[in-house]
Amino acid sequence: MKFKALTAIAALIVAPGLAMADPDDDTMIINGEVEMITKTAVPEHMSDTAVSELMSGWHFRSDETQALQMDDFDNPGMIFVDEGMAQWETVEGTEGNSCASCHEDPSSMKGVRAVYPKWNEDAGEVRTLAMQINACRTENMGAEPYKYTGGEMANMEALIALQSRGMPINVAIDGPVADVWEQGKELYYTRTGQLELSCANCHEDNYGNMIRADHLSQGQINGFPTYRLKNAKLNTVHARFKGCVRDTRAETFKPGGPEFTALELYVASRGNGLSVEGPSVRN
Amino acid sequence: MKLSTTILAAAALAAGPALAGEVAPADLKFDEYGSVSESLTGVPGDPENGANVLKNKSIGNCIACHQVTALNDAPFHGEIGPSLDGVGDRWGEAELRGLLTNAKMTFPGTIMPAYYKVEGFVRPGNAYTGKAPDGPLTPLLTAQQIEDVVAFLLTQKEE
Repeated sequence: MKFKALTAIAALIVAPGLAMADPDDDTMIINGEVEMITKTAVPEHMSDTAVSELMSGWHFRSDETQALQMDDFDNPGMIFVDEGMAQWETVEGTEGNSCASCHEDPSSMKGVRAVYPKWNEDAGEVRTLAMQINACRTENMGAEPYKYTGGEMANMEALIALQSRGMPINVAIDGPVADVWEQGKELYYTRTGQLELSCANCHEDNYGNMIRADHLSQGQINGFPTYRLKNAKLNTVHARFKGCVRDTRAETFKPGGPEFTALELYVASRGNGLSVEGPSVRN
Repeated sequence: MKLSTTILAAAALAAGPALAGEVAPADLKFDEYGSVSESLTGVPGDPENGANVLKNKSIGNCIACHQVTALNDAPFHGEIGPSLDGVGDRWGEAELRGLLTNAKMTFPGTIMPAYYKVEGFVRPGNAYTGKAPDGPLTPLLTAQQIEDVVAFLLTQKEE
């Protein structure tokens, strides 16, 4: 990529000895035990892009931030997993059920986070994990849905994601989800707002480059829900999408709506092969 | 403080409609290479104010993407666009004005936003609120801010 080459040359000439802005080559091993896939080959559907290797956003963060995710006692996101566990066991709604009433231990959720968003045959729609959680609450528990990007939803997503820690993301993009996936792809490349920026402008064409003090990543979502040091809470995928689109000076889409659901499917598929990291830690 | 006065003045300008005698965004005349030869205001640009527009996060924030050695008093210059060191050797006034008002007229597909354009966007919002606009959009920079940035960039010579 032209700009990257120029940047690299400029950095060598202007600032010898300073750290390069390129992503690092560190290895993520959590609790000294679980080795994570944080770099991997691009999926076939991305072969016409300029992306040569998939990289977790973890590689674009400082050593200090990276370390927080490598020990569960240091990872602030793990507090919310505990809260999710309490929610898991709490009976709510008209049917007298908790999550545990049907699903028993959360370990029954192993593998789930890796394949969402996915097609739901009965509903005839693509469902995100958040949509499925709320469908379970309203249909099977007779309980109120969680706010789509709220704290309780993020807690539950963190608990469920943790069960798939290290497993490669593997969302399907063909068959009944193909149309929605195409919609998501179109949105990814649409330049929105008064700044006329698409997801791809920053996260495909310019990952690894600095934008003011921020190091642009590939915009991968394998680490969601994500604990951000910036707002000191667990963040959901659609809340992050909303913030990004807002920052193009655009009218955003609604979290939980069809546009962001399609975008989530597409962006998830751009991470096929990277480990499930949630709850991850980022800036 | 001079800085805050400048910002307040800029905010007041940005909030208002185009002033009399200014070229409105819809009336910009680009030549076939994307240059704009006519001044947007007829008032000579102020390079010092232009430098402030480049540095200030709430005005131009040009250094978010461009490195400029002359502006090293402001931290964190980005790497998205080319360095602006020596930019005054590479481009003339009309070309720089064209690049600032709408760089896509010079480089189709460039990531650079158009700083003097108010129509033709996909889902434009009300600034950074994420909500729909409640009226006509104002350009990202005022006509005089564009002229001031052009004046600053023309001072950036290495040869």
